[in-house]
Order: sequence, then structure tokens, then C-alpha cells
Amino acid sequence: MSVEYNKENPMPVPTRYFDYEGYWKGIDENKLTLQKCGDCGAWCHQPQPMCPDCHSIERKWEEVSGKGTVYSWVTYHESQEPSFKAPYSVVLVELEEGMRLISNLVDVKPDEIEIGMKVEVVFDKIMDEITLPKFKKV
Amino acid sequence: MDFLKDKAAIVGMGIYKFSKDSDLTETDMACRSIRSALDDAGLTPDGIDGIIVYAEEDYDDIDITRAMGIGNMTYYGDVRWDGGASCSMVLRAAMAVASGSANYIVVVKSVNDASLKRVKKDWGELRSWPAAQETFYNPYGLTSDDGRIGMNVRRYIHEHNINSDSFGWVTQVLRENGAKNPNSMFYEKPVSHKDYLESKIKVEPFRELDYSCPVDGSIAFIVATAEKAKRLKRRPAYIMAGAQSMVKGTQFKTSYYKSSITDLHATEIVAKTLFEKSGVTHKDIDMLQIEDEFAPLVPMQLESLGFCERGKGVDFIEGGDRISVSGELPVNTSGGSIGEGNLHGMNHIAEAVNQLRETSTSQVKDVEKILVATGVFGPTSGLILRR
Repeated sequence: MSVEYNKENPMPVPTRYFDYEGYWKGIDENKLTLQKCGDCGAWCHQPQPMCPDCHSIERKWEEVSGKGTVYSWVTYHESQEPSFKAPYSVVLVELEEGMRLISNLVDVKPDEIEIGMKVEVVFDKIMDEITLPKFKKV
Repeated sequence: MDFLKDKAAIVGMGIYKFSKDSDLTETDMACRSIRSALDDAGLTPDGIDGIIVYAEEDYDDIDITRAMGIGNMTYYGDVRWDGGASCSMVLRAAMAVASGSANYIVVVKSVNDASLKRVKKDWGELRSWPAAQETFYNPYGLTSDDGRIGMNVRRYIHEHNINSDSFGWVTQVLRENGAKNPNSMFYEKPVSHKDYLESKIKVEPFRELDYSCPVDGSIAFIVATAEKAKRLKRRPAYIMAGAQSMVKGTQFKTSYYKSSITDLHATEIVAKTLFEKSGVTHKDIDMLQIEDEFAPLVPMQLESLGFCERGKGVDFIEGGDRISVSGELPVNTSGGSIGEGNLHGMNHIAEAVNQLRETSTSQVKDVEKILVATGVFGPTSGLILRR
């Protein structure tokens, strides 16, 4: 089981915001690509115009391993967004590289989620034009 | 000595009553609460020459100035970010009167959060924050504050091996306080810890009775110098210190990328700054008025403000005695956002003023110094007020 959508309600569709273009280009090729500083090498998520550590503007995009662990999670027993069927869970995944990102788990029931659970990225094509990086249990 | 210490005071206060549907615009309620605050201070609109408003509502500083017929504003502006803004607004007013930029400054926040009657439906579109929301949160269904903050609270429960049943003591105490307060949405409606345990789970880890109560309503304060305050009719609430903090990696209620997502780093800095600037210590603080959008934020802040050790906040609230009106450190004596209604910290400041004036509906004896802190998981601010 993954997140189930109510197809009759419009999804909150992400826009391809200019500063996030490298992230979306990666997803177009089913790769999880995050921002890395071209000078000091520090990873940075979420993407932003300048490296918060060394203030370099030499941004580059690099594929990450896609492996990580569940760092935290919540379960919506009441949906607050009509396009999502409750119950559904949202997870905060900590990647091997150290960054964290919000996502959903696929094929994991809400009561099976545990902090520390090992997960790996998968790509979920939720609509013709939208693919999202999600995670499965490994 | 700190430049601002005891230089300014809250000299007037007006509350437009909390309800589920005000049937008024936010601008209208703002003006009514300002008029009450002026009456309370014994001033007229002619005397006002400064205004600080909250930035995310329907009205702005121009609207209020025009509506109240105020002739000569010399200091004005707005502040953002929910509860994090409230103490900031008072701090800015205090700095402005202390520096001579204005004499009598209105601070106001008016919300139709319950009825949602407002012109600006989505203030978030004003900044790049929504781009992050649209890209990294909303597509996964993380679309509301309970989910956003639940993520931090879940991790807090995990790191300190907490039994989340304990959070119910916060709700019991705050609803007990709210039950005595006629402005509360829960006047004469206390709940017990047992009711908390039986309340349904909405967004796990939160039960229904962990939530604050959205309201329609407005609160206004008048800030003036300590010298001018002495000549006005109400007992001043002197501002010993004010502080703001926004730390590295801050994102509004979604600061998930810092080394810890449970440490309330900004609250720690606000507390440290307030104690340094005021020269008082934890022992001098008679009570707290602190952020309570969700019940678990109370034990988390008790730790971050330095009133107990890290991970021991839940022990502090266990049974509710220590944080009750008769306890060693009363918390949110008006009921706060959970027991009175959520006016984003403005009601916490108002209750501090009431306690110092000895006009609270849950009055604590001999109150001299109160620490107010509002906002968490984003820009955070605080005040120490004294008699």
C-alpha cells in the first residue's frame, strides 16, 4: 500500500521552480539528484542559490545513493487535502549522505513504520506529467 | 546595562472578543481592539504616532491609520511569521519609543482564523516559501501544521522514549485555566487527562486535545516609554527585555535539515538573550506564557527555555501540579492557545499584562516577572515583563 489519491480532486501539483530545476531534471531520468556545492562539496537540501557553508554560488547537481533510514513520520488519520485518501503517512528520510527529505513510503502500512527503518528510493509516476521520489523498505 | 531595559512599557490593552465567527473583517476587529486599548490607556487616536501590524492578515498599517483617522504617524511597519511575530512586534515598538522615533505605538493583530473570512486567501504566495511547499511537502500530503510539527514531535518522543499520554497534563491544566476565563472558547468547559486519552487521533502523534483552538478575534497593545507610562491611568507592564531569533537552516515550521529537529535552538537563544539583557535569572521568573499550538510544545519549551534538563520536560508536566495556577511555575494562565484560543501569542502577552495588573481570571499572588515566548520551529521571539 502506498498513498492513495482521490483522482477526482486536483492534486497539489508541484511547479518547476527555477532554483530547483536540477532536482526535476534528475527526476525526469528517475534519478534522485540533489544540490552540492561546487567549491566546498557540502550537500544542500533544499536547494538554494548559495552554499550556506562557504557562500559559493557554484551550484552543481549530483545523484545520491537513494539509500537512507526513516528519521521521523506522521500519519494523517483525517485527510486535510481532498486529493489524499486517509489514512496515509508522511516520512522524513535521512539519506546516507546526511540530507533529509520529506516523502511517502510505498508498500508499507502506517502501523509498520518505525524510526530507523532502512529504505531506498523508488520513482512513483502519480500522473502523466508528475513523477515523485518515494521510498520502499529494504 | 542593556539599552532597552525598563525603558518602555505596555500601557494599554484592548481585546476584541474571541469567537468562531466574528462576522466582521479583520480590519474592523483590529480597529475595535485599538479603540479599547486607547480607552484602557486613557489616550485618543490623536496621540498615536506609531503602529506595528502583523503582516499576514487583510489589513496593513495604512488601512488602520486611515480608519482611525490618525494624523501623524512617524513609525510604522509590519512583522511576519505567526506566533514568532507577537513578541517581536512589542519589541520593535519598545525600541522605537526608547529611541524617540514615536511616542505612543499601537501593536495589533486581528485574525479570522476560525471563520476564515478574509480577502487574502493565501498569504504564502508572497514569498519563495510556497515554492518549497509545492515541491517538497504538498505532493506527499504534508499540507498542514499538525503534520509539519508532528514530524518534530514524533522524533522528540523517540529520542527521549516518551509516553505521549503525558502530554495530556498540559491540556488538562490549560483547559482548567480557560474554563475560568470568560474570553475563552472553553469558558466553563474543563477537560480531564482521561478525556485527553479518549480523544481521537487526528494526525498521529497528535490527539484532538493536543490542538490549539483557531479563533476570530483581535488584540491591541499601546507601548510608550516608562516615563510616559507613569502618567497614564493603568499600571504599566514594563518591558525588561525582548528578543528574536532565527537560526541557521530555519524554514517556517519545516526546519527538517538541521542537525537536530527537536532542540528548539531559536527558543534557547531567545531565553539566553532575555536573561542576559534583563539581568534576571530563572528563579526570578514567576510564571510562563509560552507557545502552545500543540500540547507537546510546552514540555519541549520548558527544556529549551532552561527550566528543566533536556528530555525532562515531560517529568515536569506529569500530573500537572507544577505548571498549574497554584504550582511552582504556572504556565498559560488564561488558557493559552489550547485553553483560551489561538491568537498567535498576542493572548499570551495580554495575559502577562493581566497578571501584572492583578486582573487575571486565574490570578497568581505577588507576580512580579513573567517570561513570554511565542513561535517555535521557525522565527521565535520573547519578552520578560515586570510590574
